[in-house]
Amino acid sequence: MKMTGAQALIECLRCEGVEVIFGYPGGVLLPIYDVLYDTEDLRHILVRHEQGAAHAADGYARASGKVGVCMATSGPGATNLVTGIATAYMDSVPIVAITGQVPTYAIGKDSFQEADITGITMPITKHNYLITHAEDIPRIFKEAFHIARTGRPGPVLIDFPRDMQQAQIDFSYPEAVELLGYRPTTTGHPMMIRRAAELIGSAQRPLIYGGGGVNSSDAQSELVALAERIDAPVTMTLLGKGGFPEDHDLNLGMPGMHGTAYANYALHEADVIIALGTRFDDRVTGKLDMFARNAKFIHIDIDPAEIGKNVVPLLPIVGDVKLVLAELNKQVSRAKHPDWRKQVDAWKREYPMGWKGDGLKPQFVIQQIHKVTKGKAIIVTEVGQNQMWAAQWYPCERTRQFISSGGLGTMGYGLPAAIGAQVAHPNDVVWDIAGDGSIQMNIQEMATAVAEKIPVKIAVLNNGYLGMVRQWQTLFFKNRLSHTDIQVGTPDFVKLAEAYGAVGLRVTEDSEVAPALRKAMAVKDRPCLIDFRIAREENVMPMVPAGGTVDEMLVD
Amino acid sequence: MKHTISVLVNNRPGVLARTAGLFARRGFNIDSLAVSTTQDPDVSRMTIVVEGPDQILEQISKQLYKLMDVIKVLDHKDEAVVNRELALVKVDADAGTRAEIMQIVSIFRANIVDVSEKVFIIEVTGSADKVDALTALLEKYGIREMMRTGRIVLSRGPRTA
Repeated sequence: MKMTGAQALIECLRCEGVEVIFGYPGGVLLPIYDVLYDTEDLRHILVRHEQGAAHAADGYARASGKVGVCMATSGPGATNLVTGIATAYMDSVPIVAITGQVPTYAIGKDSFQEADITGITMPITKHNYLITHAEDIPRIFKEAFHIARTGRPGPVLIDFPRDMQQAQIDFSYPEAVELLGYRPTTTGHPMMIRRAAELIGSAQRPLIYGGGGVNSSDAQSELVALAERIDAPVTMTLLGKGGFPEDHDLNLGMPGMHGTAYANYALHEADVIIALGTRFDDRVTGKLDMFARNAKFIHIDIDPAEIGKNVVPLLPIVGDVKLVLAELNKQVSRAKHPDWRKQVDAWKREYPMGWKGDGLKPQFVIQQIHKVTKGKAIIVTEVGQNQMWAAQWYPCERTRQFISSGGLGTMGYGLPAAIGAQVAHPNDVVWDIAGDGSIQMNIQEMATAVAEKIPVKIAVLNNGYLGMVRQWQTLFFKNRLSHTDIQVGTPDFVKLAEAYGAVGLRVTEDSEVAPALRKAMAVKDRPCLIDFRIAREENVMPMVPAGGTVDEMLVD
Repeated sequence: MKHTISVLVNNRPGVLARTAGLFARRGFNIDSLAVSTTQDPDVSRMTIVVEGPDQILEQISKQLYKLMDVIKVLDHKDEAVVNRELALVKVDADAGTRAEIMQIVSIFRANIVDVSEKVFIIEVTGSADKVDALTALLEKYGIREMMRTGRIVLSRGPRTA
């Protein structure tokens, strides 16, 4: 079929089953936006800043398991995507980013709105393309979606020059991809799985430590089966949250810097640790050579480069977590570890999670959100104290329920990602747990949510500080609060929400929390923001200082 | 320890930048690099010399495999190879030293490829050690300019990458 490159782009997205594009037009994208004008089967959501488009595509992808798509014009449009692409890369999220580019004959001449976006994004994409022959368009899109969603998922960028959009091509979409240098291993090596089963059989104090890979491979039921079969407690990282149901007896909560004390003690005392789809991030391990030093490791991950990068395991298994666990579960013997379980329960009693003192506490607010949403809401977070409190105080029951920028730690992620998650799941309740600092980094996306009638709920835990940095200053820099008090200049969030055409509410006392949450839940046609004036000096506890060990953990 | 690795890559624009960029951002230092086409016009071959312990080399190899354009990575650590470098050396050579230099060049089976009143250009091909040895000997005559290629390597015998 004859068509233009711009029409081919839309056709490629149809062939890939794309439902929605988060985008922002611009000069070199005019041919594509002109085709979009007549396209009714593809939803285009106009964001208010390109960074919002990248995060929304990311939130959509994390919530749905599908590939998220965002689009921006050349030059500044493309560079505004960069933070969002880096966020997706660090957390292995499948997105395809399409950028306009100046015409091929103008590339390299410092043309108006020209930026070398394939060069810029080389280290933060799984792969990227610059279209230089229009007949390559179908192949490039086919490869891009394949690369984004298979193996260890990640972002792929396609740079689309304006003359390529206007060129005529004979369109046919390829059935298969041929990539000589890309063949991810998904099934684990049978001998290694057998040896892993034997090692697990010999364990006295087994522990499962799972990460984002458990969620991206949808391995919850296999993980529950393994944990119950071998009677091993489970600690899930920030990105793994929801990969194991948190109301389960064997759940220990999060490990690491702001993990539970009992998860950290269990890591320290375990004799065999099964690490699943996780990369031994420094926020989990602290000082690497002191991390879990009594344990032998089985490391299961789809990315061979993660194995041995930080911790050298006794048994490496390269493969998809779900497939490997399904095989492993057939081979491990049932076991009981009553002494180990008793020890873990003793830690749980001795170091329970909690809070002290007066005033409106963020932990209480999140607990109430959990109660009002019956634990079913999709929770998206910004970055900082709000993120850690959300992880600690909103137990999740299912995969893809908790969405947060873990690796890059991108402030401003939450609101656009919540919009993406809500678009993926229009019938679910989506809460963005925010801070007064983070929310202001992409507050303009309120307009997107209002215009598209996206009813995300935003809980601003407002303490007038860049709270996490303030906490470090308090604890490690003699409380010298250098440039972290942002009270002056922070807008009245209620008025701000109203100015955008959203609903704004304010809560200053415990007794107002539940009624305000119920009011927010009743808003179905626009976003609702609640300004929670929380106790200003509250810290996130427990805390293992950066690069520290479990012995240095601060409990309150 | 120095490792010599061969990397087979798709012969496409930007592949060198992707590969070299990976070394830079992961903190791996490249000692030398040579790139050329191969018997297959769609495939280029890079020979990279890199310093580091075995564990680092394994990480380099795994990271290289993550690039879509990398087809194969081969560490030549435990095998017999032919490896060659080429150097051009512009050295001072006047009436008093010419004969001596020509003798050294002949011992090394190198070639004098340019002669002028005051200088020779000497071309030498061989292992890194041989090139090092010759340049060390030439130093006392005064090396004005010198240029050396990266190492290239093939496995001995019928084995191919």
